[in-house]
Amino acid sequence: MSLEEHKRGRPFAKFASQAFALLCAGATWLCVSILILLLWNIVSFGLDSLSWDYINRFPSRFAEKAGIKSALVGSIYLIGLTALFAVPVGIGAAIYLEEYSPKNRWQTIVQINIANLAGVPSIVYGILGLGLFVRAMQLNRSLVAGALTLTLVVLPIVILAAQESLRAVPSTIRQASYALGATRWQTVWHQLLPAALPGIMTGVILALSRALGEAAPLVAIGAATYVPFLPEDVFKDEFTALPLQIFNWTGLPQKGFHEVAAAGIIILLIVLVCMNALAVALRYRFSRNKRW
Amino acid sequence: MLLPETALDSRPERMSEASARKTPVRMTTATLDQSNVSRSAAEIAEQSKKVVTRDVDFFYGAKQALYKVSLDVPEHCVTALIGPSGCGKSTFLRCLNRMNDMIDDTTVRGEILLDGKNVYRRGTDVVELRKRVGMVFQKSNPFPKSIYENVAYGPRVAGVRKRNILDEIVEKSLRQSALWDEVQDRLYDSALQLSGGQQQRLCIARALATNPDVLLMDEPASALDPKSTAAVEDLIFGLKKSYTIAIVTHNMQQAARVSDQTAFFYEGHLIEVGATNELFTNPYEKQTEDYITGRFG
Ligand SMILES: Nc1ncnc2c1ncn2[C@@H]1O[C@H](COP(=O)(O)OP(=O)(O)OP(=O)(O)O)[C@@H](O)[C@H]1O
Ligand SMILES: [Mg+2]
Repeated sequence: MSLEEHKRGRPFAKFASQAFALLCAGATWLCVSILILLLWNIVSFGLDSLSWDYINRFPSRFAEKAGIKSALVGSIYLIGLTALFAVPVGIGAAIYLEEYSPKNRWQTIVQINIANLAGVPSIVYGILGLGLFVRAMQLNRSLVAGALTLTLVVLPIVILAAQESLRAVPSTIRQASYALGATRWQTVWHQLLPAALPGIMTGVILALSRALGEAAPLVAIGAATYVPFLPEDVFKDEFTALPLQIFNWTGLPQKGFHEVAAAGIIILLIVLVCMNALAVALRYRFSRNKRW
Repeated sequence: MLLPETALDSRPERMSEASARKTPVRMTTATLDQSNVSRSAAEIAEQSKKVVTRDVDFFYGAKQALYKVSLDVPEHCVTALIGPSGCGKSTFLRCLNRMNDMIDDTTVRGEILLDGKNVYRRGTDVVELRKRVGMVFQKSNPFPKSIYENVAYGPRVAGVRKRNILDEIVEKSLRQSALWDEVQDRLYDSALQLSGGQQQRLCIARALATNPDVLLMDEPASALDPKSTAAVEDLIFGLKKSYTIAIVTHNMQQAARVSDQTAFFYEGHLIEVGATNELFTNPYEKQTEDYITGRFG
């Protein structure tokens, strides 16, 4: 085969390559169009109900007076508390597993367990939370009980993401640090965590986005759906959250409530997009000077 | 491969100067410390033994990598470790500052004494040991931080907080590693912007900043161009006044140029060790001769 022919490639290989590219593009567009359809459906349905008043009102028996305030505030509290519990514990566990624990049978078992826990349906954690936090620890249906339950849901995801990021730090960095007489803790604190931070942050935010959308575990612990006040005592007061409120509204027969629910979904999506944008921004900001 | 060797050979002044002045004379340790020349067997014998290893066996899991290695590293000398790839040079080097501890499932047997104390005895403070026995790796591995922070890291983790002391250490270490002039006006730029050769000298500066007694270098110049290699070699030559150095190298000329004593390893065994000019001109063992003349390895 001459060089010219070689450059042009064999006709069939070229055709196969193009067909494959087309197939992949088709798959992508299928996903995107389903997403757009979904969005369009929700936005066209819910946009009318969406207003400043809607955000600023408590739920009501009448669809036209119903608002999302308590659910939105409840969700924000919930995510904040979940982050408060899940981030230190998750990163701590990841550091232990990656940097301290000897790589033996025991570690393998723990590792497999964590990977499996990440795949356990969230309702199971809800039932655990009901038994452990709501009843045994007598936290009742408080924000703390809900946040602890969601912590169980997202903890494996946080641990896995943090482990992944720590593992991605080149071992030459570790070696250099230890060879200079740094302790394990100093190596973790001064070298590994800063280097792994963008990855950990992204993992944490994605995990929290998942927590934000979870309704099942909150249903399981018996969180309320009609809360006409803002929670003041996170250990005592009942709360509701965006997915719960939406779930509740969609279950009602009146069409008006379905529109309010669609508006709630728009709010939920906006919060999610904001969180993901934050993840991207953090990643970009921290990774600028961190290439090796 | 051809280029670096010829380029390096074109610097014969120092070698000839070195051999001219290396007549064995009655030198006290004090005067020895100022001489910048290769030392003869007699001179090496005079130096106190900084690191002594006795019958060191090393295992990666069940695989034995070192067999009964007994080697003395004399103070204020450069000891070169040579031998074919996979013969255990790096393994041996990492035993001296216990960097092998970081690899799971490894076993050491025998004694490794630093100033007469076994570094593998119970209760050794490994962190303290690594402050006394610094290491420079084959591949330069600066931290993704500023030049200043790279050099200041060792002193910082040792507890030095005062800015003026850190400044002093950073400048001194960078001067010692012949990097100061090139980087003094960009100390706060990322170390990753430096060239490969500069990065390696930065790693040497970083190792010097903890003020170690012993400096271990694992092929420090293997990834460098002839000019940077020459700079690193000059540096090593200058450093032996104040440090005890063990260097792994695949480059025979380099071993001959910078070292006082050479140890030849083969398949985990220490075959021969002696004053560099004697080992290179008149090796005792057949294997050594074959290796240094390039017949295998
Ligand atoms: N982490 C490790 N786990 C298992 N075996 C290892 C490990 N590191 C080295 N070895 C083995 O130990 C032997 C000695 O390796 P070592 O790295 O000390 O050789 P070397 O003399 O430094 O070689 P080179 O000149 O190529 O760097 C080799 O057979 C190698 O395969
Ligand atoms: Mg090696």
